[in-house]
Amino acid sequence: MTEDRYEVVIGMEIHAQLKTKSKMFCACAVQFKDKPNSNVCPICLGLPGTLPTVNFEAVRLATRAALALNCQINPKSSFARKHYFYPDLPKGYQITQYKEPLAVNGFVEIDGKKIRIKRLHLEEDSGKLIHSGKESLVDFNRCGVPLIEIVTEPDINSSEEAVRYLEELKRILTYIDVSDCDMEKGHFRCEPNISLRKAGEEKLGTRTELKNLNSLRNVREGLEFEIARQTTILTRGEKIIQETLLWDEKTKTAQPMRSKEESEDYRYFPEPDLPPLVLSQTFIDEVRKEIPLLPQARRQLLISKYQLDKNLVEIITEDKKFADYFDDVVKYCSKAQLVANWLVTEVRGILNTRNIAITEFPISSDVLAELLVMLDKQEITSKAAKIIFEEMLNSKKRPREIAEEKGLLISFDEERLMTIIKETLKENPDVVEKYRKGKTTVLGFLIGEVLRKVQGRFLPQRVGELVKKFLDEDLR
Amino acid sequence: MPLSDIPNLTIFEIHNKLKNLDFTPTDLLNVIFSRINDHEPTINGFISIFKEKAYQEAEIIGEKFKTGAELSLLAGIPIAVKDNICVKDELTTCGSKILHNFRSPYDATAIKQLKKAGAIVIGKTNLDEFAMGSSNETSYFGPVKNPLNPNYVPGGSSGGSAAVVAYGGSIGALGSDTGGSIRQPASFCGVVGLKPTYGRVSRYGLVAFASSLDCIGPIAKNVCDVALILSIIAGYDLHDATTVDFPVGSLIPDKNKVKDYTLGIPKEYLEEEIDDEVRKVFNDTIKELKDYVREIKIVSLPHTPYHLPCYYLICTAEASSNLARYDGVRYGLREKSEYLIQMYEATRDVGFGKEVKRRILLGTYALSKGYYDEYYGTAQKVRSLIKKDFDDAFRECDLIITPTSPTLPFKLNERITNPLAMYRSDVFTTGPSLAGLPAISVAAPQKVGGFSVGIQIIGRPFGEKEILDCALAIEELNK
Ligand SMILES: [Zn+2]
Repeated sequence: MTEDRYEVVIGMEIHAQLKTKSKMFCACAVQFKDKPNSNVCPICLGLPGTLPTVNFEAVRLATRAALALNCQINPKSSFARKHYFYPDLPKGYQITQYKEPLAVNGFVEIDGKKIRIKRLHLEEDSGKLIHSGKESLVDFNRCGVPLIEIVTEPDINSSEEAVRYLEELKRILTYIDVSDCDMEKGHFRCEPNISLRKAGEEKLGTRTELKNLNSLRNVREGLEFEIARQTTILTRGEKIIQETLLWDEKTKTAQPMRSKEESEDYRYFPEPDLPPLVLSQTFIDEVRKEIPLLPQARRQLLISKYQLDKNLVEIITEDKKFADYFDDVVKYCSKAQLVANWLVTEVRGILNTRNIAITEFPISSDVLAELLVMLDKQEITSKAAKIIFEEMLNSKKRPREIAEEKGLLISFDEERLMTIIKETLKENPDVVEKYRKGKTTVLGFLIGEVLRKVQGRFLPQRVGELVKKFLDEDLR
Repeated sequence: MPLSDIPNLTIFEIHNKLKNLDFTPTDLLNVIFSRINDHEPTINGFISIFKEKAYQEAEIIGEKFKTGAELSLLAGIPIAVKDNICVKDELTTCGSKILHNFRSPYDATAIKQLKKAGAIVIGKTNLDEFAMGSSNETSYFGPVKNPLNPNYVPGGSSGGSAAVVAYGGSIGALGSDTGGSIRQPASFCGVVGLKPTYGRVSRYGLVAFASSLDCIGPIAKNVCDVALILSIIAGYDLHDATTVDFPVGSLIPDKNKVKDYTLGIPKEYLEEEIDDEVRKVFNDTIKELKDYVREIKIVSLPHTPYHLPCYYLICTAEASSNLARYDGVRYGLREKSEYLIQMYEATRDVGFGKEVKRRILLGTYALSKGYYDEYYGTAQKVRSLIKKDFDDAFRECDLIITPTSPTLPFKLNERITNPLAMYRSDVFTTGPSLAGLPAISVAAPQKVGGFSVGIQIIGRPFGEKEILDCALAIEELNK
């Protein structure tokens, strides 16, 4: 009922960590596994007298992201200082882009709807506080790591849509190799702002901001919680307070972060230590060439080229490397549907149970294709294919070799098959009896018994035909 | 020549004598340190001195001279460094309690270049706290006295560097100039000080006061020494994105070049309040100079009345940002407190002096929400008008000549309670700083009551050579 009365309006701010080797403004390695404060230097520690210099690899990656998100690149952008005091911020300000961001006016399309991107800009990350007992310690390894901030217009209208947007954004950023987007590792952080308005109204309601959402599940649950909370307040005729809420994963509730100093004054001003960032058209064109086929286009291509099912395609294109693997297999085995089925069930099954990425999958695309070609040409049964597949995971042998060794190639020795069928029927006289009395449903059981015995050496279809023929002939 | 006269020689002369083994770098250090011993108790020009290390280096360079190796002109030359420029492993206090115990883990780029040339960094000189001041009275380590008369201020904020060069406690020195902090003390102490074009010398390792104005520059007894030190520290630096990749070229001054130069005197500067003695010396100098240069004419810098307000808005705004990092968390002073915010407050309260707090507050105000456009934004616009004034003037002349300061050195404590009067000391030096132009202060021939009067020569961007030529011509008038 409430959904009819109120429209949900969500805007998103996303911080994605760029996949650079070194930090945004110094040469320190981007590495967090090392012990605290081991990847730091006078510059990222903001020691007196140090100055930042721009890491152009970060500029390149941010530009690539902006282009992939359909943004307009500003030929001239500039850096600014955003001031606040916090122990993990060594300079007392963060270097970010403010009035002149790197890019503006982009969009991401989800289910035919465009979520507009207002701006995309570069900035540096802060360090990390570790609290232990009465003491607080600071680790500056993360300090100065390059981030892009992507800000949407308030175009998202449900928690479902928010998650879809984030999924697609993550997919795009990983496709173009700009960020690993690992939410748990903090590579991809999102802060949605939520407001409700009466359906049909144009003016936006008072918004709240949600922080601390470190998984898509938290995003969904957090947004649902906040939408419900705001709905209740508005239904009671009360007012929403503009505030920042922290999502608590355990209690599944959101608590206000600050109360008093809500409107912080960051005292932005142009960073005098860095000249404006001027990007030539040549550079922008060059970066544009680095962008591969994006998920959306890739999905469409797979559907139109192979007539694959939409859901199947979505799973295949979820991860670029997985989609690349698919393309590689199809190069050697043209039966796309067969390849798709195998990748989505068998291959993905292994990736899930072993918790590995497709890049770590032990079977190379051409070898898997060889197996599927054998299956397609009815040289092996699908049961045999699975047995061979299992073996391939653990040995370097080619599928044909395994098939031969194990005697899994389909046999056309019908004499032998007949013998096995006879044997089976002899072993199950009561079942045969039932069949004879007209209970044809037991046929499946008998076929199953034979198949078990032949261990995938005969085509199940042929086995079925023969069992039936035998029983029927015998009846006569 | 008695060894004690060495500090009166030029670096070029010292170099030749070192090369001829007339004396060794160690002998030179002996003279310098004995001067320091004699004068420091009154002058207070140094915050720290690296005697032991200096002697070690002098020994090594002495050995090299003995082998007849071809060494840089700066090899074995003692250089003092303003204590807001980082020297590896040494104190960099910025004249502030908040950094009283801070040792820099790295060398500023300028220091790296000096060391590479074989110069010997002998110590760090006293300064107005965080280079904020025009009299050197705001240092946590106490005021510096003017060697020409210890009852007077040496000027600020590179007062320590100017004073030690003036009394012979160093052959050369590095200072930093934000709105006149090299030129004004050079003028008060009767030495030569040069502020280079913004972007000419790397700021990497110079503790920031107002980033868009700060410059490192040399102070020495004569124009040629200043040119020599500048040629070593100038150049593009990967660590400073605001340095300019522009060839430094030869900076050796040539006084005969001035016959090609037209000098401009900004009429608005003459309309400012200027001490009578200063005005007279300036006018006399101009008269004497007339015979050597192509032409001297009156030019106009119409936005002169806005130089000071524009400067103080920009420098305080940037200072409030640059000084935010001194919070007691990682280095320097930390006042104990149970809560974080109180720790910040107590540390900054105890750590910063009055003038620094005043400027942080002014700057914070100028940048705060709702005031930014009115103050900082406006100042930025005015700044571009000021730049344009200079561009226009340089269409009519090659160099602009002015007094460095409108006043003679004043007595200690005379202006410290009146910041506005104090800020007026910078009235002629802030304009070129806002425009990023190179400018030098050199002593005029006539002395007034034991003091020199500084003449400022302002050049076009990267026109260091031209201002040095003209400064040399004025220096020669002294003889
Ligand atoms: Zn670093």
